Amino acid sequence: MDAIILQTLNGLDKGSAYALIALGLTIIFGTLGVVNFAHGALFMLGAFCAVVFNRLLSLSYITIDPTQTDFLGNPLKVETPYVIGWFGPEAGQAIIDWSVPLSILLVIPVMGLLGLAMERGLIRYFYRRPHADQILVTFGLAIVLQEIVKYFFGANPIPTPAPPAMAGGADVGMLLGFPENAIVYPVWRLFYTFFAAVVIAAVFGFLQFTTFGMVVRAGMADRETVQLLGIDINRRFAVMFAIAAIVAGLAGAMYAPINSPNYHMGMDFLVLSFVVVVVGGMGSLPGAVAAGFLLGILEAYASLDAVKQILPSIDQIIIYIVAIVILLTRPRGLMGRKGVMEE
Amino acid sequence: MSNSKFTRRGVLRTGAATGAGLALPTIFTSSAAAFTNEPKGPNVVFGFNVPQTGPYAEEGLDELRAQQLAVEHINGEGDGGALNTFSSKALQGNGLLGKKVTYVTGDTQTKSDAARASAKSMIEKDGAIMINGGSSSGVAVAVQALCQEAGVIFMAGLTHANDTTGKDKRRHGFRHFFNAYMSGAALAPVLAKAYGTDRRAYHLTADYNWGWTQEASIKAATEALGWETVATVRTPLTATDFSSYLAPVLNSGADVLVLNHYGGNMVNSLTQAVQFGMRDKIVNGKQFEIVVPLYSELMAEGAGSAVQGVYGSMNWNWQLSDEGTKAFVKSFGEKYGRPPSNSAQTCYAQVILYADAVARAGSFHPCAVIEALEGFEFDGLGNGPTLYRADDHQCFKDVLVVKGKENPKNQYDILEIVEKTPVEQVWYEPDHPMFAGGELGPCNPGE
Repeated sequence: MDAIILQTLNGLDKGSAYALIALGLTIIFGTLGVVNFAHGALFMLGAFCAVVFNRLLSLSYITIDPTQTDFLGNPLKVETPYVIGWFGPEAGQAIIDWSVPLSILLVIPVMGLLGLAMERGLIRYFYRRPHADQILVTFGLAIVLQEIVKYFFGANPIPTPAPPAMAGGADVGMLLGFPENAIVYPVWRLFYTFFAAVVIAAVFGFLQFTTFGMVVRAGMADRETVQLLGIDINRRFAVMFAIAAIVAGLAGAMYAPINSPNYHMGMDFLVLSFVVVVVGGMGSLPGAVAAGFLLGILEAYASLDAVKQILPSIDQIIIYIVAIVILLTRPRGLMGRKGVMEE
Repeated sequence: MSNSKFTRRGVLRTGAATGAGLALPTIFTSSAAAFTNEPKGPNVVFGFNVPQTGPYAEEGLDELRAQQLAVEHINGEGDGGALNTFSSKALQGNGLLGKKVTYVTGDTQTKSDAARASAKSMIEKDGAIMINGGSSSGVAVAVQALCQEAGVIFMAGLTHANDTTGKDKRRHGFRHFFNAYMSGAALAPVLAKAYGTDRRAYHLTADYNWGWTQEASIKAATEALGWETVATVRTPLTATDFSSYLAPVLNSGADVLVLNHYGGNMVNSLTQAVQFGMRDKIVNGKQFEIVVPLYSELMAEGAGSAVQGVYGSMNWNWQLSDEGTKAFVKSFGEKYGRPPSNSAQTCYAQVILYADAVARAGSFHPCAVIEALEGFEFDGLGNGPTLYRADDHQCFKDVLVVKGKENPKNQYDILEIVEKTPVEQVWYEPDHPMFAGGELGPCNPGE
């Protein structure tokens, strides 16, 4: 039982990442009709925003400590972060320790501007081109972004720890009546699931309850009619691209303590996220979210020892098996709309 | 009717004579070249085949730095580094047999097919006479076989699988780096001393030849000391989130987690294991422990504070105090501003060892170089007295057991040397079951 609870929690946090990326992908596809293979790169850039923010907060001045030596035997250069100088050791260190959650302050403007720049500078020229062209150009863009990040940050993963208060494990079992330490789950992963739920709710709330969101939904349903009403739907869709980039960026930034950011991390998620979108139904926002969590949980259950003893390596293919079954039985996916990608 | 003076017989005769004439220079050339890529001009070309892209690109970059430094030292530039402490004095710092050493580089991408393609290109297009580098056993085995076929020498970089000098060994391949068996033999007694002999281990293993041989080696070594192996679980090399593999560990009854992972796999699995609270857990009345049998400084840097207190093994470490290490670290540190990794050191040593073998043999002929390297005993390159065993082309030297430092003082102060395991303890016979099968085969001069 405790193994099942652990894997359920595991599925929820995996599913959170899948759902957030798939949500952004679906927003872009549903509004602009673009298959964005650079979306994984946006996730990666979000994670690197957390790295950059940490480095900004850790900017240091150097003093020479003659009592210590470096690896070459020279007097040691001691680096002291400016924030520690300004706010004192405890407050300064606390600011640096909380750099990942605080990096949201950087992620939102940077990813929003980047999304707008991508849409206005490149993607919009491909609206009327075949999906194959869109895939090629966005995939190429993803590779360019990856290589830029590798040039500046190197190829090694960069440790970006969670705040110390959230770095350990939480005794979830105690809450459910299990003995002490029976079910311990990383606090940050629990927080990630909560954070994902908040972001998803915010996106849905924005689309559901704001005038802007209503216009966008109308545009998604019937773009031509909305334009005939004199509304510049393209401008709104460009903003939605920026919002999708922010969602991917937030997902990446908060994921940094789970997987140390590296330039390739976006690609690792991209294929899975496309499977999530297809299973959920192309263009369906609730479908993308539901499929993200569903596939995350199924993948986690398939990792149970009891399951793998019967079906070895099933955990590595379960998502694709589900995709095949869904496509055979419900070609539009779980909640796909009629006419999307069917012409 | 044609007035042509050509006859069918005449055309055939002329064609045959022309063909023979055209073929003559090739025949002379072939017989004149005694072996593949025999250097004819003022330069001799080395091929440095390292991962410049992909997950091990940082290792590759460090290897390349060391290889460039070795070339400088062979050509008499810089401070000479470990040439000053090397026991063999055949290299004079004036090039190699009167030629200047130059080099070309290739990108293995940590993929066997890409590594073979880049090595092939360096041999066939650039005339490389020796290939060095690599950060993966899959790559090493593939390139080693290619070099055997092509008739050039392969001086392996970072490759830790037993197979490289076991079932996949080749006459043209040489490994300075230690192997998984040696890691197990060095690490197990230290683990038994630190954690006791009544332990239950759970292995997570990267699913390729290096992971398999390391798992087998560590399992055999720890079981021989009384540990029980609860489970061995294979993880895909492409995995980044190990949470679904880590969750079952918590309910398995194991009190030690052995991570047979390297590179990005190791960084992620170790970091995530610590996040799951494993270092704080008490199981079977004992503190839960994590072991990473193969360490790299660059990877340890990536894992940050998660490595603190975690045991592993290394081929070499820049903190060693022997003269060879000091000379190499000084030379490398002054040029690049950071201490070298153990993959850099093995590549540096391999380039120097190849050049030295050429100088001692007085020839670039691969068979002469192989003869000079086989059974060669040396010192002063940083690992203490070392033997290049003739039977399998594996170097035998002391092995380091290291531990993540609890209170690091700077970004390079990550690992501390716990023990220098003497070579006698990691020694094995060439017919050891873990290295069984495969033959070195004959020397192949190529051409």
